[in-house]
Amino acid sequence: MHTANFHPLDVEAIRQDFPIFAGEQPLAFLDSAASAQTPQPVVAAMDTYYDTYRSNIHRGVYRISEEATAQYERAREKVAKLINAPNARQIVFTRNTTEAINLVAYSWGSATIGKDDEIVLTVMEHHSNLVPWQILAQRTGATLRFVEITDEGLLNFAHLRELLTEKTKLVAVTHVSNVLGTVNPLQSIIDAAHAVGAKVVVDAAQSVPHFRVDVQQLNCDFLAFSGHKMCGPTGIGVLYGKLPLLEEMPPFLGGGSMIRTVERDVSTYADVPAKFEAGTPSIAEAIGLGHAADYITQAGLEAIHVHTQQLLQHAHHRLKETQGITLYGPEPHQKAGVLSFNVAGIHPHDIAGILDMHGIAIRAGHHCAQPLMQKLDVIATARASFYLYNTLEDVERLYDGLRKAQKLMHRRSHSR
Amino acid sequence: MNIYQEELLDHYENPSNYGTLPNPDISHEEDNPLCGDRIRLDLVVEDDTIKEVRFSGHGCTISQAAASMLTEEIEGKTLAEVKQFSRDDILDMIGIPLGPVRLKCALLPLKVLKAGAYGITGWPGEEDFS
Repeated sequence: MHTANFHPLDVEAIRQDFPIFAGEQPLAFLDSAASAQTPQPVVAAMDTYYDTYRSNIHRGVYRISEEATAQYERAREKVAKLINAPNARQIVFTRNTTEAINLVAYSWGSATIGKDDEIVLTVMEHHSNLVPWQILAQRTGATLRFVEITDEGLLNFAHLRELLTEKTKLVAVTHVSNVLGTVNPLQSIIDAAHAVGAKVVVDAAQSVPHFRVDVQQLNCDFLAFSGHKMCGPTGIGVLYGKLPLLEEMPPFLGGGSMIRTVERDVSTYADVPAKFEAGTPSIAEAIGLGHAADYITQAGLEAIHVHTQQLLQHAHHRLKETQGITLYGPEPHQKAGVLSFNVAGIHPHDIAGILDMHGIAIRAGHHCAQPLMQKLDVIATARASFYLYNTLEDVERLYDGLRKAQKLMHRRSHSR
Repeated sequence: MNIYQEELLDHYENPSNYGTLPNPDISHEEDNPLCGDRIRLDLVVEDDTIKEVRFSGHGCTISQAAASMLTEEIEGKTLAEVKQFSRDDILDMIGIPLGPVRLKCALLPLKVLKAGAYGITGWPGEEDFS
C-alpha cells in the first residue's frame, strides 16, 4: 500500500455529502456491498447535465451535444485513470458488472471457446460471474471447473493449480467475495492462468470501490465493475479489456453508434469502444460515474481501505465475542468491506427485519451466490458491509441491534 | 406495530400442527429460492373435508407463523371453502403490513396449499399485479 500521500478520512465531512444521513431517523447503512450511497457532487454533476446541456452524444453538430459528448468521454478518461488503464479506449461503458461479463461471454467467449475447452471458476463467484459461463458452456459444449475454498474461506490455490491445464481457455474469478469478503490473490491467479495460456476475466465489483486496482500491474485481460457500488449511480458499469482482445472481438449488441457503414446486407463496425456501445448509452450515469471516480480518489482509496478495515476489524471482534454468532470467511485482514454471519436460532431475514426496526440496514439471503451457500452448508447469511461514510457508532448499533434480536427471539425455550 | 409482535412470535415458537402425517391424501412441499424458506403440508381429506393437517419445514418467523395460522384456519373446512382462501385472507391473518420480500414469506404456505390441493401454481394474488 502507498502511504506517502496518506490522509485519514474525515468521515464527518464525508457524511455531509450524503443527504440520506441527515434524515430524522438516524440510518446505519451497512449494505454498501449491494449498492453504495451517492454523494451530492455526483448527483449535482448529473443534474448539471440535465439542467444545462441535456442532449444526445456523438454526431450532434450543436454546442450542447458537443458538450455532452465531451463530458461523456471525459468520464471514460476518469475511469481509465482510476484503474490505470493505458488508454481510455479500453474502457467500455455497460449497464453494470453483469452486462460487462456477459459482453465478454457472448463476444469473446462465442468466438474463442470450443467444446474441448475448459473454463475455470471459483465456488465463491457471484451469479453474475457464473451464469454467463454456464450459458456459454451449454452453447459450446465447454466444461466448467470450480476451484474450491479452504475451511478458512480462502481460495484453495493448490486446487487452482491442479485445474489449470492446456485445456483452460479462461479463468473467471472475483477479486473480492461479496459474501465472505475474501480478497483473492489476484496477481498469482493471473500469472498462473497466463502460464497455461488462459485469459483472465476479473469481477472487480467489490474491489474497485475499496482499494487501488491497477489493471496494468495485474495484467488481467478483462475486468468488470459497477458504478453503483463506488458512489456512482445505478445503470452504469465498466468493462476494461486489453486493446488487442477488444479489437479482435466481434460486436455484442448491434445498432446505432457501433457501426462505421451500413448497407442492406452487411455493415462494418466502429472502433473500440464504440463497437461495444450500441444505442444511446446512459449519458448522465456515465458522467456521474466519472465524478464518483473523482470523489473516491479525492477521499483517497488508501484512506477508504484503512477506514473500512478498521470498521471490519471492530465488527469482527464485537460479533466474535458474542455467543450464538457464527462468522463466515477468513480473518479480517484477509477481507475487504464485508462481514457475513448468522445468529443461532434466528433466520437471517428475521435478523435483518429486527435490525430494520432500529434503523440498521443489512442484507440477508443467498447474496446471489447459491453455490457458495451450498458449500458453507447454510441456507442464507446476514451480511453487513462497510464503506467510507460508516462510523464505529454504526458498528456499535449493529452489535446492540443483534443483542436485541437475540433477546427478542430467545425469550422462551424453543419448542423445536 | 411491527412484525415481531407477540402473536406471531408465539406461532413461531409454539406452532400449531407442526409435523408430518403418516398417510396423507395430499402432501406437497415448496421453497422460496430467495431466502431458502421451505414449507411442506400434509393433509388428510375425508368427504372433501380437511380432517387433519400438519406442516413442516424451516424459515423465518413470518413463513413459519403463517403456516401455523393457516393450518388452524383450514382444519375442518371443505376443500371448496379453502380454495377461496386468498392473499388478502393471509394478510388479515398476519394482521400487520409487510414489505414485498416478507410478503412472499407470508404467502409461501398458501402457495404450497394451492399447488398441492388444487394444482394452482404461482404466487397467490400475483394476478393482482398483472
